[in-house]
Amino acid sequence: MMKQVGSHRLIFWLTFIPPTLWLLIFLLIPLSIIGSFSFSEKRGLIDIELSWILNNYIRAADLIYLSTLIKSIGVAGITTVICFLFGFPLALGIASAPPRWKSILLIAIILPFCVNLLIRTYALIAVFRTRGFFNFGLEWFADLINVPFEPLSLLYNDTAVILGLVYVHLPFMILPLYAGFEGFNKTLLEAALDLGASKLELLTSIIIPIITPSIISGCILVFIPALGSYLTPELLGGPNSQMIANVIERQFMNANDWPFGSALSMVLVYLTFGILALRYLCFNNLYLDKNKRRL
Amino acid sequence: MKIKNNDKAPKVSLDYFYQWWFKVILCVTFIFLYAPILVLIIFSFNDSRRNITWRGFTFKYYEKAALNDGLIDAFINSLTIGIFNTLGSLILGILTALLLWRFRFPFKAVYEGIILLPVVMPEICIGVALLVFFNQIGWANNLPWPLSLSKITFAHILFSFPFVAIIIRARLATFNLEQEEAAFDLGASPGQVFTNVFLPHIRPALIVSGLIAFTLSLDDFVITFFTSGPDTITVPIKIYSMVRFSVTPEVNAASTILLLITLCAAGIALWVHRAKISRIGKL
Repeated sequence: MMKQVGSHRLIFWLTFIPPTLWLLIFLLIPLSIIGSFSFSEKRGLIDIELSWILNNYIRAADLIYLSTLIKSIGVAGITTVICFLFGFPLALGIASAPPRWKSILLIAIILPFCVNLLIRTYALIAVFRTRGFFNFGLEWFADLINVPFEPLSLLYNDTAVILGLVYVHLPFMILPLYAGFEGFNKTLLEAALDLGASKLELLTSIIIPIITPSIISGCILVFIPALGSYLTPELLGGPNSQMIANVIERQFMNANDWPFGSALSMVLVYLTFGILALRYLCFNNLYLDKNKRRL
Repeated sequence: MKIKNNDKAPKVSLDYFYQWWFKVILCVTFIFLYAPILVLIIFSFNDSRRNITWRGFTFKYYEKAALNDGLIDAFINSLTIGIFNTLGSLILGILTALLLWRFRFPFKAVYEGIILLPVVMPEICIGVALLVFFNQIGWANNLPWPLSLSKITFAHILFSFPFVAIIIRARLATFNLEQEEAAFDLGASPGQVFTNVFLPHIRPALIVSGLIAFTLSLDDFVITFFTSGPDTITVPIKIYSMVRFSVTPEVNAASTILLLITLCAAGIALWVHRAKISRIGKL
């Protein structure tokens, strides 16, 4: 018996130490280094001294940087809303599909997700540039109905960035919503229909309240990566559609102002933690609500 | 519970699937998701430097890509990193899954949250943090070839192993502990139980999660961008510099090759997953 307990303790430490060390060395320590850099100041070309000052954060609140941050939040927010508007009906439809169709549709939604983000963004450029296929299609249509046609400049603006972000993040919205629809008890819907509910009432008073946790998960899974996205605004955006990640990259790669870049990244880290904490609180409240109702 | 309900009322579907609006949204979404990628693949065979209109079929740009030394080096680097990343994240993922499945310990919920951090945190933050970290500890930049990839590989393992852990942890939920007890009763050592009882049970999950780790590593751009040096270019980084330089069919050809490698890995993963599902169905 004693030997068993001893070997269990051994297995515990054997399984506990390697992943924990990895997270500690390659995530928590690096994050705390940029955390301390964000309170430091630059003394020379490579000299950085930790002096516990807030200058970097005060500079981050400057109008240029603050407006970039607010814009990033706005772009990520619009992306999330569009993903939800498309993802919700899609997930609902897929969840009510016959089993065979279900797996085919799910795989078809997930498959583009396996294709490199860079390649997908590059593919969008070919379709939406001024001499791209979207404009060719419009031109052909305009010729058909005899309307003069000017090619639209669809790329290198905020709309293009949002389009690119939706393109990349849509599966992140569909999958949690689908899991939510799959999970709930469909007899509830039958009961509601029997009691004379309309399809709209079904949606607003049964489906949406029940899958709220899935909606929140999906929105977070789209919003956080969209907020920190670097490649999409870099390739699809114009000079004015820079997002916060592009500003961070420039601080590290070009401007060589690491303390300020660290402060900007830490703002993003704080936002992420804030959103996750909010979700935790929301879920706890939902859980309590349910328990209260049961009582 | 869930299965029981479904059995009782299999016909309660609200038929959203058959409604016109679902079909419209589905068509629009699939065109939106697939058309750009198809166009990209088709135009990798286009015999035109400017790559705007179709000028006839050619393999020219594949030959050109195959003769591009920088691109070949990038492919070798990417595949090497991918393989080491798969091995590393499988080991760490198995250990994490075992830990979470087997043991209760204080602050376990917090620990599970921390394990998911590399997945949830914006990539730019992790990339920047690792850039500063490797710089601060003075990691040597002029190591000989396979070792020079270690920075990128360590970073890739960081964001790949949580996925492996989640998938294997889900598979372990179906593991019957009595099997393990029986093996111990029959005199097996812990090592024998691990290799003869435990590993065979999680094998499908191992294959699927290994392939996912491989594709994650092959596809990563942002974190690699911040941990790579001039001698450690990976395919996405190489394609990125080609895209910035000019939009030519050669980029399409390189992208198509990378896309095929990823799709093969994903296809095998899906196939293994399906085989697993149908086996459960037969039981």
